[in-house]
Amino acid sequence: MNRGNVSRKAKTASWLSLEHLNQELLLSMVLVVLMAILTIVRPSFISSRNLGTILLDSSYVAVAAVGMTMVIVSGGIDISVGSMLAVCAVVGGLLAKAGVVTPVAWLAIVLTGGVLGFVNGALVAWAGIPSIIVTLGMLSVLRGSVVLFTGGSWIRNLPQGFYVGQQSVLGVPVPVIVMAIVFATAALWMNYMPLGRQFYAVGANRESAILTGIPIKRIQLLSFTLNGLLVGIASLIFATRFTAIQTNSGIGFELQVITAVVVGGVSIMGGSGTILGALLGVLLLNVIGNGLIFLRVSAYWFQAVQGALILLAVVFDIVRKRRLGETL
Amino acid sequence: MDDPILQLKNITKTFPGVMALDSVDFDVRPGEVHALLGENGAGKSTLIKIVAGAYRPDAGEMFFQSRPLHLTSPREATALGIAVIYQETSLYPELSVAENIFMGRHPRGRLGIVDWRTMYRDANEIFDMMGVQMDVRRKVSRLTVGNRQRVEIAKALSQRAKVLIMDEPTAALTAHDVDSLFSIVRRLRDQGVGVIYISHRLEEVFDLADRVTVLRDGKYVGTLDVADATPEGLISMMVGRNLDTLFPKLDVPIGEPVLEVRNLTRHGLVEDVSFTVHSGEIVGLSGLVGSGRSDLAQTIFGVLPAHAGQILLEGRPVRISSPEQAVDLGIAYIPEDRQGQGLVLPMSVRDNITLAVLSDLTRFGFIRVRQTTKLAQEFVDRLRIRTPSILQQVKNLSGGNQQKVVVAKWLLSKPKILILDEPTRGIDVGAKAEIHRLMSELAGQGIGILMISSELPEIMGMSDRILVMRQGRLVAQFDRAEATQEKIIEQAMTERQNANDVTVRG
Repeated sequence: MNRGNVSRKAKTASWLSLEHLNQELLLSMVLVVLMAILTIVRPSFISSRNLGTILLDSSYVAVAAVGMTMVIVSGGIDISVGSMLAVCAVVGGLLAKAGVVTPVAWLAIVLTGGVLGFVNGALVAWAGIPSIIVTLGMLSVLRGSVVLFTGGSWIRNLPQGFYVGQQSVLGVPVPVIVMAIVFATAALWMNYMPLGRQFYAVGANRESAILTGIPIKRIQLLSFTLNGLLVGIASLIFATRFTAIQTNSGIGFELQVITAVVVGGVSIMGGSGTILGALLGVLLLNVIGNGLIFLRVSAYWFQAVQGALILLAVVFDIVRKRRLGETL
Repeated sequence: MDDPILQLKNITKTFPGVMALDSVDFDVRPGEVHALLGENGAGKSTLIKIVAGAYRPDAGEMFFQSRPLHLTSPREATALGIAVIYQETSLYPELSVAENIFMGRHPRGRLGIVDWRTMYRDANEIFDMMGVQMDVRRKVSRLTVGNRQRVEIAKALSQRAKVLIMDEPTAALTAHDVDSLFSIVRRLRDQGVGVIYISHRLEEVFDLADRVTVLRDGKYVGTLDVADATPEGLISMMVGRNLDTLFPKLDVPIGEPVLEVRNLTRHGLVEDVSFTVHSGEIVGLSGLVGSGRSDLAQTIFGVLPAHAGQILLEGRPVRISSPEQAVDLGIAYIPEDRQGQGLVLPMSVRDNITLAVLSDLTRFGFIRVRQTTKLAQEFVDRLRIRTPSILQQVKNLSGGNQQKVVVAKWLLSKPKILILDEPTRGIDVGAKAEIHRLMSELAGQGIGILMISSELPEIMGMSDRILVMRQGRLVAQFDRAEATQEKIIEQAMTERQNANDVTVRG
């Protein structure tokens, strides 16, 4: 027996638990334990009203997190989603204000996201600029244009029919229904569509994907465009849920979304992660946020916790890979 | 005899400054293993990249099943049944074995969705055909190196490969895995696949191949039936070069030992290596790429600290666990990748030369510009660095002059031991001679030099003593007088002595 094999076996044995413990299971367990603790400390936490609030607050973040998962899995990142959220909302709001029929305004919100995502993707794929730079620029450009277009004032008093995010169907709020549909579709896409699987290939090993003949530029473009559309949908929920669209909407949204996705087990290096994980990450983050309010802790703590979580998650990802000898 | 399934005629390929392939002929028949043999840089990898559609030849013709072949992308080659297993892994670590095999060609069910069940079944069938046990649902990152290689082969087979190209497939495998790989290759050959097998290792050629083609410096040397070949014959085909007078090693008095290495071990890379470098001596370190030469240098220098063994500097035992310590002790290491590791390209000649000793050139924490300028100018003159000014950015210098800047930088730290890794790679002939003259001079000043080189003439011309490494071990030492190229190659390439030895990864 040679040493190479022995040491590998020893390694696998000691990290056996890690190998079989998948992120989704771990997150579900953490989520349950956390909710149990919060319920014991503040029994009203578990009320259906509060749980409904958590789901509602999670809905638009979750939709954007699905898009972000696609981008990060294929090896990119999009930090412009907060500004995109605001731009989409403002576009819809201004159109509605100008008297455009409501469904068209809704559609415009989603399509604006798609177009912005396409621009991001085109710059990354065809111009070959690193995605963090492209979207950093976009973050600033879009934020600036929001203020320019609105003159800094809030958009409110839109036609009553516009606020679809406040409606319910059979007792289920529309945003939650939208989240469920997006989640199911995206999970199917990423697991059962060849194109979705190719996202993983491009993110995991670009060179190899090229040699396999996978059109990596088109895949990158697609991931950013889908992300844009999903941010558009998130924005639709956002814009139609609250009575005013503010110019500073969505500031810090990118951090929230990326944290959720990374905590959900999507590797920041690309190539691995699931839609379910991302959704669980969003829920965990919102339970923590909501829990802190219940515990009457200052909101600033939430920011700190969120930042700490993203660092922890990335470190965990790196350590796990190293321990499992993943240096291919 | 079958007609060749793939045939190359007069293939020529040049890269800027290098003739990588010069009218090379090659062919492979169905049901044979055709080995491609040659030293580092002989053009083997370029040749297979052309066959794989990754490069386009500048001149020459290719035929596939007797029809002219013009490849414009790897995808076309794959579609025809030309599959390549590259040295670098092409796997997706976080995906399952089965998906790695079928990525880009997922079996589809209704509505175009991925048919996972069929995919697992097909993957299992391929491994059955190879005679290999494999859990196709396992993530590739959880597999051993040997199993990852089997996945690569399975991937090639799933593309219904008619021609399978393997680029040094055993470089990272244990002896046991090598045996199992060979039985898979033989099985494929018997099924009519034409296998192009690239290797550094002579014994593998005799074990496995039916024919062998030798390349040297991008030129076609010849093709033999393995039955008619002898190891000596192949070696002389691979070497066949004359020593020229490019290498003016001066005779300088050899002094006391400066560096003594005893039983140095870095697990998996360097095994039980002992040798001595004396002051004024140039010791050449030869061996194939991946034999552990650079790893040995990096172990001495503290980049990869040793797991066992001892290092003595001027007779005193020292412990080196980081490059900083090595520098403090008087060891200088000039890595192979000088642009990436040795220089700051956008900085000036002066700033590069003085970078490592800046803290000694300060007053009240500020850099004494005039003194650095003087010092830099002195070294530019001494090493005859050709630059319009010491304020010129290093990136504008030629390769040879860049290398001299690196050397100057290290000389400022007044080393006792200078380790040079491929000091003249990619440098033109004139600059090469100057680097060699410089090395001689430094040795004359009493510095001990350890020089790693893949070029045998350079090793033979410059070294007072020659060490040969193979698979992480020091396998031979020759004095200048007794060394011949044939002897060195033979030591660097001959068979695994102990079947249970761990093969070392490059």
